[in-house]
Amino acid sequence: MTEGMITTAYIIASVLFIQALGGLSHQESARKGNVYGMLGMLIAILATVLGAEVTGYVTIIVCMVVGGGIGAYLARKVEMTGMPELVAMLHSFVGMAAVLVGYASYLDPDAHFASNVDKVIHEIEIYLGVLIGAITFTGSVVAYGKLKGSITSKPLMLPGRHMLNLGLGLICIWLGYLFAGAEGSALIPLIIMTFIAFAFGVHMVMAIGGADMPVVVSMLNSYSGWAAAATGFMLGNDLLIVTGALVGSSGAILSYIMCKAMNRKFISVIAGGFGTDSGTDAPVGDVDQGEVVPVLADETAEMLQNSKEVVIVPGYGMAVAQAQHPVFEMTKKLRAQGVNVRFAIHPVAGRLPGHMNVLLAEAKVPYDIVLEMDEINDDLPSTDVVLVIGANDIVNPDAQDNPNSPIAGMPVLEVWKATHTIVMKRGMATGYAGVQNPLFFKENNRMLFGDAKKTIEDILHALH
Amino acid sequence: MKIGIPKEIHTDECRVAMTPDTATQLQKLGYTLSIEAGAGEKAHFSDEAYREVGVEVVDDTKQLWAESDLIMKVRAPEAHSGLGVHEAELLTEGGKLISFIWPAQNADLLDRLKARKATIMAMDSVPRISRAQKADALSSMANIAGYRAVVEAASQFGRFFTGQITAAGKVPPAKFMVIGAGVAGLAAVGAAGSMGAIVRAFDTRPEVKEQVESMGAEFLELDYEEEEDGAGEGGYAKVMSKAFIEAEMKLFGEQAMEVDIIITTALIPGKPAPELITSGMVESMRDGSVIVDLAAEQGGNCALTEPGKIVVKHGVTIVGLTDLPSRLPTQSSQLYGTNLRHLMTDLTPEKDGEMNVNMDDEIIRGVTVVKDGEITWPPPPPKISAAPAQKQATVAPPVVQEEEKEPSAASGFIGLGIASVLLLAVGSVAPAAFLAHFTVFVLACFIGYMVVWNVTPALHTPLMSVTNAISGIIVIGALLQVSGASMLVTILAAIGILIATINIAGGFLVTQRMLKMFQK
Repeated sequence: MTEGMITTAYIIASVLFIQALGGLSHQESARKGNVYGMLGMLIAILATVLGAEVTGYVTIIVCMVVGGGIGAYLARKVEMTGMPELVAMLHSFVGMAAVLVGYASYLDPDAHFASNVDKVIHEIEIYLGVLIGAITFTGSVVAYGKLKGSITSKPLMLPGRHMLNLGLGLICIWLGYLFAGAEGSALIPLIIMTFIAFAFGVHMVMAIGGADMPVVVSMLNSYSGWAAAATGFMLGNDLLIVTGALVGSSGAILSYIMCKAMNRKFISVIAGGFGTDSGTDAPVGDVDQGEVVPVLADETAEMLQNSKEVVIVPGYGMAVAQAQHPVFEMTKKLRAQGVNVRFAIHPVAGRLPGHMNVLLAEAKVPYDIVLEMDEINDDLPSTDVVLVIGANDIVNPDAQDNPNSPIAGMPVLEVWKATHTIVMKRGMATGYAGVQNPLFFKENNRMLFGDAKKTIEDILHALH
Repeated sequence: MKIGIPKEIHTDECRVAMTPDTATQLQKLGYTLSIEAGAGEKAHFSDEAYREVGVEVVDDTKQLWAESDLIMKVRAPEAHSGLGVHEAELLTEGGKLISFIWPAQNADLLDRLKARKATIMAMDSVPRISRAQKADALSSMANIAGYRAVVEAASQFGRFFTGQITAAGKVPPAKFMVIGAGVAGLAAVGAAGSMGAIVRAFDTRPEVKEQVESMGAEFLELDYEEEEDGAGEGGYAKVMSKAFIEAEMKLFGEQAMEVDIIITTALIPGKPAPELITSGMVESMRDGSVIVDLAAEQGGNCALTEPGKIVVKHGVTIVGLTDLPSRLPTQSSQLYGTNLRHLMTDLTPEKDGEMNVNMDDEIIRGVTVVKDGEITWPPPPPKISAAPAQKQATVAPPVVQEEEKEPSAASGFIGLGIASVLLLAVGSVAPAAFLAHFTVFVLACFIGYMVVWNVTPALHTPLMSVTNAISGIIVIGALLQVSGASMLVTILAAIGILIATINIAGGFLVTQRMLKMFQK
C-alpha cells in the first residue's frame, strides 16, 4: 500500500468511528453504529499492517489472535451486572498499551529528527503519552478492584492528600523538563515519572468514593482517549489523534453529565473524599426522624395489584441482587392485569452511566417503558405506588429540602410525591453518600426489608 | 405519672379523649391511666372495654381530677353544672391539662388556669408543620366534619346524589359547591364525589386547585385580573381585597342559582367567619336545596345560619350544626385519641411515664399555652418547614462553594483569550508538521463533543464500551513499531498489540451483546 492509500484508509476509518458514536444517539441505529466501529477498526488495522513499514507479520498475527481470543472470551463470559468491572479493566489495557508504545517509541533507534525543536516536541509527546497512560492504567486497575469489591469502596483519605497530589504533579513537571532537555539518553527520569504516575493513578482513584464511580469510569475512559491522542502526536499519526480526541471528549462529556446529575463539581469528585466528611455526623441522631413502617411482600403485592400507576425505581441494590429478571416477571404480570408499570432511571443509578438501562435490557424490559428522570418526575404525583429497589441517595428528599445536606441540590426522583412509596432495602444503612434518607420516615412510605431478588420473588408468588 | 380522662360535660358532646386502643399505646409510654365511669359510653366504648386493657375506672369525678397528674379532655374546661364548680377549679394546683382551649377566644379561661399554676396544652394550637401533622387534631376533626357535612346534607336533601337512568325515569345528579378547600372542604369534596354528586369547589388560595382536581372536583376560578394569593401564615387563608371579594360574591351568586347543595368551610384564624352566602342568594336557590355551614360556630358563612340548629329559610334547609365531629363519636374519639397519643410520644422522649415539657421543641412550644402558671400564648410564628437546620450546623459545608457555579460571559471570554494566547505561543515555536496534527486534534475534539451530546442516556454504557473499543486504536502505534530493528522495541510493541487487541475485541463484542438486548 502506498502512503497515500494508507492516509485515505485512515480517513475512511475516522469517518466510520464518528459514525459509530453518532449511531448511538438512538436505540434503533445503535447496533449499526457498533458495526461501523468494527469496520473502521478493521480498515485501520489492515491499512497499517499492509503498509511498507510493517514486516513482522508472525508476531502481529500471533499477538492479535491471542489478544482477540481473550477479548472475545471476556465479552462472552461477563455478567451484565459485572459490566462496570469489565469496562474498567479494558481501560487499564489501553493505558498500559500507551505506556508500552511510548517507551518503544523512545527506544526506537531508527528515529531521526529534522531539528532540535522537533526532538523536544517529540519527547514531550512521549512523556505526556506515558504519563496519561500510566495514570489510566493503575487508576483503572484500582477502579476495577473497587467495583469488584476486592478493594474497599470507601474513599481513602491520606492526610494532606491535596498537597501530596500537588507535589507529585510538580515532580512530574520537573522530571519532564529534565527528560525533554537531556542531550543523550534520559531513560531514568522517564522511568521515575512512570512510577510516580502509577502511584498517582492509584491514589487518585483510591480517594474517590463508591458513589462517584460513574464519574471515575467515564473519566478513565476519557484518559484512555487522551493517551491514544498523545501517542498519535508522538508517531505523527492522524488516525490515532482523531480517534483519541473522539474518545477523550466523549469520556469528558460523560463525566460532565454524571457530575451534573449529582450536582457535584468535577474537581471535587477528583479531589475525592465525598461522603466521609459528612458521613460521620449526618446520619441519625440529630433530628428525630420518626418511625419507619415495615411492610411484607404479600401486602406489597396487594398494594401493587390495587394500583393503576406503578413506577419502579431501580438502584445499585437491584444490580447486586441480580433481581432484574424477577422484576420484569413481576412487571409483566402486573401489566397483564392492567396496571401501568413503568421504570424510572436516575442518571447516576448504579456504578456506570446507563448501568440500569443495560440491566433492564438484559431482562428484556422493552425500552419504551423505561423513562429518564426528567420524563417521569412530572408523572410521579399521579402515581399510586413507587417501588424503590435498592436505591437510596437518588430518591432522597433532603436534596431539595435540606440546604445543609451533603447532597443538597442534586436532582433526584421525586418519589415522595406519589401516593405511596415502598422502599426495598436490606437494612437501614445509609447510601453511598452516607446521609440519612427522610423518605424512609415519611408517612406514605413503607419499608420492605430483605434481599431484593428474594423479596421480588415473594411478591411474584403473592400476585395472582 | 397518672393520666385521668374525665367524662365530657358539654351538652351533646359524645367524644372521649382516650379509646381502649390509644390507652394501650399510652401505657407503653409508661403512664398509669384512669377514666371516669361512663366517659366512653356515647362513643360506644364501655367501661368494661377500658378495664380489659388495664385502665382504672373511677366513679367520682372529683376524685379523678384530684388524683391525676395530667388530665386529657376534648372540650375546653367549663362550668360543671352537676357539681356546681368550674372544671378549672377541679384541676389540682400545678396540674397539667391537654384539651382544646381556643386561647384567642377564651382569655378568661386562660386566666383561671393561670391562677391554678397549671401547665396547659391546647390541641387547637398544634403548629402547622409537617412533623406535627400526626398530632394535628384540628385537621383530623375537620376531616370528620367535612365527611359528616355531606352526610347531613344527604339526610336533608330530598333526592339522590348520583344520577341514574331507571325504568321509573331519569334522575339528574345533585350539584355541590364547596367553599373553602381546606381539610374539611376536601373531605366534603371527596365524600360528595364518592356518592356520585357533581362537585365544584372554590378557594382563595390558587395553589389548592391541584388538590381539588385530584379529588375529582372542578375548581371554580374567579373572573378577576389582579393576581392575589390568599395563602396567609401557616397555610391558612387570609382576608382578601375588596375587588376580590366582589368578584367572589358574583361567582357565588351565579353558582347559588345552579347548585343544589352548598357546603361552606371558610374560616380565617382569629376572625369571625366571612359572610359569603347572602340571604338574597339563599332566596335564589331552588326549593329543597341544602346549605351546610361548617363555619357556624364562628358566626357562619351564610347570613341566615343559626348556630347549632337546622332551620328552613326560603325553602332552603340551612344546617348550622356545630358538633359535627361529635356526631361520629367513635371515629372522632379514635382519631383525637391518636393525636393525643402522638403528642404524648413527643412529650415522653424517654418512654418512662414522665412528661418533659421541652419548650425548645417547636411542636411542644406551639401547643403549650400556659406553663407553670405563666401564659405562653401566642407562640412565636412557625419557622418555614426546614426546621432542623440549626441543629445540623456541624455538617461540613458542600465541598465546593456555590459562588463559581455560573461563570459569567466575561470570565468565558477571559478563558478564551488566555487559551488563544497560549496557542499563539505554541504556534510561534512549533514546526509546521506538529501544527497540522494539532489542527486535526482540535477539530476532532469538537466533532466528538458535538456527536456525543446526542447520545441518549440509556445508551451511555454501550457508548462507553464502544469508545473503549475504539480507543484500542492505539494498536496502530504498536503495529508500526513491532517491525523495528531493536529487539526490546519489538517485545514492547508485541505486548502492546496483545493487550490492545484484547481491548478491541472485548469492547466491540460486549457492546454488540449489550445492544442486542435493547428492544422495543
